[in-house]
Amino acid sequence: MTGGSTSRPVQAGGVAVGRGAPRLERSGWPALPRRRVSRPSSRLTAIRTPISRRARSTLMVLSLLLPFLAWWVLSATAVVPPKVLPPLGATFEAGWQLAMSGELLTDLWASTERVLYGFGLAVLVSVPIGILMGTFLAGEALFEPLFAMLRYLPAPAFIPLFLVWFGIDEAPKIALVFTGTVFFNTLMTADVVRSVPRELIDVSYTLGARRGEVLRKVIVPHSLPGIIDSIRVNIAAAWALLVVAEVVSSTTGLGRSIMQSQRFQRIDEMFAVLLVIGVVGVVMDVALRLLRSRVGRWAA
Amino acid sequence: MNGDMNTDRNTDAVNEKWAAAERAERTERAERVLELRGVGKDFRVRGRTVTALDGVDLRVSRGEFVCVVGASGSGKSTLLSLVAGLAAPTRGEITLDGAPVTGPGPDRGLVFQSASLYPWRTVERNVAFGLELLRLSKAERARRVDWYLAETGLAGLRNSLPGQLSGGQRQRVAIARALVCEPEVLLLDEPFGALDVQTKEDMQLLIRQVWQDTGTTVLMVTHDVEEAVFLGQRVVVLACDPGRVAAELAVPLPAERDLASKRTHAFLELRAELEDQVRAQHYGTAETDGATR
Repeated sequence: MTGGSTSRPVQAGGVAVGRGAPRLERSGWPALPRRRVSRPSSRLTAIRTPISRRARSTLMVLSLLLPFLAWWVLSATAVVPPKVLPPLGATFEAGWQLAMSGELLTDLWASTERVLYGFGLAVLVSVPIGILMGTFLAGEALFEPLFAMLRYLPAPAFIPLFLVWFGIDEAPKIALVFTGTVFFNTLMTADVVRSVPRELIDVSYTLGARRGEVLRKVIVPHSLPGIIDSIRVNIAAAWALLVVAEVVSSTTGLGRSIMQSQRFQRIDEMFAVLLVIGVVGVVMDVALRLLRSRVGRWAA
Repeated sequence: MNGDMNTDRNTDAVNEKWAAAERAERTERAERVLELRGVGKDFRVRGRTVTALDGVDLRVSRGEFVCVVGASGSGKSTLLSLVAGLAAPTRGEITLDGAPVTGPGPDRGLVFQSASLYPWRTVERNVAFGLELLRLSKAERARRVDWYLAETGLAGLRNSLPGQLSGGQRQRVAIARALVCEPEVLLLDEPFGALDVQTKEDMQLLIRQVWQDTGTTVLMVTHDVEEAVFLGQRVVVLACDPGRVAAELAVPLPAERDLASKRTHAFLELRAELEDQVRAQHYGTAETDGATR
């Protein structure tokens, strides 16, 4: 076969493409217009450029301080009537009283419990199904069409149905949190699992791993940080759905607390509870973020 | 009378020859670790059948270092994935130690261009992966892992995560991880293709050293002809479209090679000859491409 090469032209360094094509004229072109080089921008406004520690912490403090400052100025100067925007002091006062009466803690725990049950159940169902969908094409074919459709049914639209089905106790609220998050979390988990590189799976087989071992020792650990990310996104939705459920019908919980404040025209209390809901959200987010950075140190 | 005696003697000589040939063939068969006979692979691409490989015959003897070169599109990687058992050939047969290859296994260690390490496992635990599956005792596992870490120059990095390693270091881990399972054949799929020239040369010296120390059979795919000549005892040239064996050359260089070997006359001659071969096959497809479009 060594002689086979002689029948074809071999040009050292030559390129076969374009041989014999007519040469195009490139003379007579006007000079390209030159752009002025842009002035170097400050580090604060340059795209993706690290900023100093001081600038960073200042901006982070301002991010929280400014809205509160605006609130304080608007209510103290009575530009906005206190019926619309309660004074900052009154809000904290109301929050303090709610906390002292024990009502806040009861409501907070009632809401947290429902989120834990509803969303916990959703995680228990969605993560295994998501892993199946991302790992086996059969699993994907089986679940994807149904879940993709169910995802688009707005969960709050189920409230009346759940009230009929489950009564007015805990069950309809837990069911709402569950329905509103399970499909999203499944599809997001499936996406994460699908992103495990093919070659990593192949290599594991050549190291002697069996199918179950590939799933347990490669696919699951590789997906874990992404799964926690997906949980972080969806727990926010779970929290929001719960408050919706409590606003509609409940005797406990932070959502009910807001409704009750409305009945007594206690705008300051409403604001206080809203702040509490926000703080709880931040705490959950930070906790999950810490978990994520512990589990996924390697993924950075 | 005289003629009869001669005939007898001749028959004896012939029998002797036959017996010797048979012995030789038997030992040769025993020495033959990997054998591909008429191997072909088709893919279905948007309803069209594309033949990636066709009629590939290849024999690799125990302890041999064989390099497969070819332009992109010659089915080099497909060839390795068939040998690894990650895909099944459409035609032909692949045998390892006489037994047909039916799926992937630790007797054929594989190293990809993108080291494909487990990013959550330390270097040490990446290398230990295959042994963990075998449920060896901790001490036995550690002893073996330590040997391969030392062999590949990774002893100081045992607790690092893959994300903290350079490209060359990552490939070392991938090689150690495959070798610790003591494969019959080590399959290398363009393992140094993404490395800078200096690191690449370090790795070439490393893989030669490891090959000599462990006596492992190596089948390596590369597009780098120089690398193939430097590493291989035998170089197989694949033609494109469909991928098939176009030529096979023994590398008559001494077993002891260092980077200076790359400048010797014999090396440069061989390299030039192979480069012409590969280029001819590459142009071959360029021309047919032009004709069909």
